[in-house]
Amino acid sequence: MTREQALDLYFMDARCKLIELAAFLDRVDRSEGEADFRLAAIQKALPLLSSAKEGRARAVLEALSDPTVDPIESAPGKGACGAWPGLSTP
Amino acid sequence: MRYIEPHAHMVSRITDDYEAMRLAGCVAICEPAFWAGFDRSSVDGFYDYFCQLTDYEPKRAAKFGLPHYSWLCINPKESENMELAREVLAIIPEFLEKPNVLGIGEIGLNKNTRNEIAILEAHIDLAARYGQLILVHTPHLEDKLKGTNLILDVLRADSRIRPERVIIDHVEEHTVDRVLDCGFWAGITLYPESKATPARAIDMVERAGLKNIWLNCACDWGRSEPLAVPRTAIEMARRGHSRESIDDLVYGNPLRFLSQNPRFQIP
Repeated sequence: MTREQALDLYFMDARCKLIELAAFLDRVDRSEGEADFRLAAIQKALPLLSSAKEGRARAVLEALSDPTVDPIESAPGKGACGAWPGLSTP
Repeated sequence: MRYIEPHAHMVSRITDDYEAMRLAGCVAICEPAFWAGFDRSSVDGFYDYFCQLTDYEPKRAAKFGLPHYSWLCINPKESENMELAREVLAIIPEFLEKPNVLGIGEIGLNKNTRNEIAILEAHIDLAARYGQLILVHTPHLEDKLKGTNLILDVLRADSRIRPERVIIDHVEEHTVDRVLDCGFWAGITLYPESKATPARAIDMVERAGLKNIWLNCACDWGRSEPLAVPRTAIEMARRGHSRESIDDLVYGNPLRFLSQNPRFQIP
């Protein structure tokens, strides 16, 4: 696949998701109350998109991951929220 | 197009999904045991579920000409209750004799706890003692990277386990390389929000190569798409991948892994 073909296939989809992300951040700013670690996680990951190197998706996933290595004593619940709660809030 | 759906929770789907999958070219469906969306209150709930997976569901699939295979375990979400987990482990051998059972799965971790790891080790021991294939679930979202590394450590610590007989499912860009580098098979799950989209799945395959990777939809009671595998095959064709490469990924690869159990047959 050439770069032009990749753009032909995926530019509009990427454009849509980029605007959705921008609108999400505006929505959070406009809302009342305190943000939590999830906003911090996105703010930490955003600069990774500007990297000149391939591997951005992996880097974003790693930035959103629990970086600890030891098992925990008991499960706090069953679900996952998409960002590591250990991150400090903005 | 022909394809094998190696991971689908059909007990949660309507009968029309079987027909749609058959029409799209599906030739066999494999169903790992999983969390029902609620915790079962006793081992009897699992006994009934295993009967459903090994008796009733194959009959439902057969109405559409689809062979149905299953994998058995107590999933990691319920493994935190170790007393229940050990009771469920004790009834699994009885069901391993059923003709549609392919192995132990989907075992693994959810929140990466000590109890989950203990029950994962017990499942791996069971699989080793009974010579079973293993299908592993890796945790969701922020827990996946850590959980995948813990799972790999547990599997590699048991010298009886041959990596080529283990598939580690739900890999993403941050876990796929290590799974393959350790000699295990990797499963890419296609979900609308979490896990991988068709585009990202193909990206991973383009970087890692076709070897030892399968695609699955893992459709269940949540947001999921029973036709995600054929949709991804179409996406591969749009990118210019050959018919042979697509067939290898969605049919040949799952056939190679699953045929390690001689029970797996495509009519």
